[in-house]
Order: sequence, then C-alpha cells, then structure tokens
Amino acid sequence: MISLAHYLTVAAILFTIGVLGIFLNRRNVILMLMAIELILLAVNINLVAFSAYLGDLTGQVFAMFVLTVAAAEAAIGLAILVIFFRRRGSIAVDDVNRMHG
Amino acid sequence: MIATIAFYLFATLTIAPAIAVIFARNPVHSVLWLIVAFFNAAGLMLLVGAEFIAMLLVIVYVGAVAVLFLFVVMMLDIDFATLRTGFTRNLPFGIIIALVLLFEIVIAVGAWEAGPAISGRHVAEGAQPNIVALGQLLYSRYLFPFEIAGLILLVAMVGAIVLTHRQRRDRRPQRASKQIRRRPQDAVKLTQPGVGEGVKL
Repeated sequence: MISLAHYLTVAAILFTIGVLGIFLNRRNVILMLMAIELILLAVNINLVAFSAYLGDLTGQVFAMFVLTVAAAEAAIGLAILVIFFRRRGSIAVDDVNRMHG
Repeated sequence: MIATIAFYLFATLTIAPAIAVIFARNPVHSVLWLIVAFFNAAGLMLLVGAEFIAMLLVIVYVGAVAVLFLFVVMMLDIDFATLRTGFTRNLPFGIIIALVLLFEIVIAVGAWEAGPAISGRHVAEGAQPNIVALGQLLYSRYLFPFEIAGLILLVAMVGAIVLTHRQRRDRRPQRASKQIRRRPQDAVKLTQPGVGEGVKL
C-alpha cells in the first residue's frame, strides 16, 4: 500500500540529487540549471502528493504556479547564459562578476 | 497491487535518470535523462489522480523547458571537458553533504508524522474530474495568483527577448517617422545651372 511517506521519500531523494548536482557542477551553468529543475520537480511531487492525501486541491494549484515560475526562470536563466557565452566564449562561472557594479 | 508495482517502477525511473543527469559526460545526454525523469514523475502524479498536473508537466516541462535546454546545449559550442575539472575532487564531500541533507529530510518527515495521522489515507476519487475541480478553484479563489502567473510569464518572455535580441548592423530598414517628417522644401531644390555646368549635389 503506497502511503504518503513513499511519495515524500521519492521527493526527498530527488531534492538531494538536485542539491548534489548543484554542488558538483559549480562551473557548468547548464547542469546547474538542470539540477534546479530537479529540485523544483521534487517540490512539485511533494505538493501533489500532499494534495492527494489530504484531499485539498490547493496543493495542485500551487504546483501549477511553481511550474509556471520554473518555466519562466529557466527561460531567463538560459537567456542570460546565452548572452554570457556570447561575450565570454565559455560558460565557466566560478568567478562571474561582470553583472555587478 | 499493480498500483504498488507502478509506483516503484515510476519512482525508480525518476530517481535513476536524475542521478544520470548529474553524472553524464555529454550534456545532451543529461537533458535526455532529465526528460525521462520528468515523464516518470508525471506518471507518479497520475497515480494519485492529479492528471492535470501530470499532463502539464509533460507539456510544459518536457515540451517547452527541456526542449529549450536542448536548444541551448546544442547551440552553444561549449568545451565541457574543462568544466568538469574539480568534479571528482568534490565528489566524496558532495555525496556526504547530500546524504546529510537526505537524513535531515527523513528525520523531519518522521517527526512530523508522529503527529496526527496522515499516512495511509488515500482520498477517494471525487465526484468531479480533476481538471474540472482545478478549474473551478483556479478561476474563483485563486484568480489573482493566476493572473499574476500570466504576468510573470509575460515578463519572462519580454526579458528573454530583450536580453538576447541583436541588431543587425548591415541592414537599412525603413524609418517611417523620418519619412513622414520630410518636408517638401527639404526634398526638392530648384536650381538654374548654366549651360555646360553641372549640378552640385
């Protein structure tokens, strides 16, 4: 019998994989963005699981908004990456400081 | 019974490609593994009856966001070999941090579950389909956040276009305001050149 705890475990493992991905790929912005998408997917699974097991549809509404914001953030992040790459010729971001000042 | 098998199948096929996303050498492979993870997460959501969110995940996340990632990965000529330096050096420490985080999350869920009973109660199928109920909620109680979400998407679209738009310098477009502003006295000049002389422009 699949309980809420199963879904929460899956979401927790996905979350930690996403965090691990950000930690390991600090030089590669595309992989960092993909790891952020994994984190957001884990949060969505959490929201939907809670919504189903508590019988409240608010969780799914919020999951939809999380999806919207994640898509917008991915678009802007990739746009910034593209123009960064145009200027620099590489996407090594360990010492990115060109946007401040 | 089949629901249990389906859950474990979807769960395994979500977590394993997620690990593959991070550890793949080729970034195109990473994006493809991410797509597999999204599909199976949509399957997980289907199992609890959230079919609208599941289809939204497939259409928006896979169809738009992952394809966008694929475009960018294939468009930029990136030297990924130099970007992987430090990967294996950080790996043990990274795995320790990830395990600690996972342990903390499990502890938090365990402490929370000791409270009022939530586990095991699976809500029955409602009288309405999922999407009808969501629509009713979204357009009545959550109308304002819904409109704000639309605005966020608009801002993101405008922002992405503004950031990446390039002007071509070798192009001479029409400039309608300049054409309209032209006056007859500037456009035509009457001269009386002598015989044999030319006209100076």
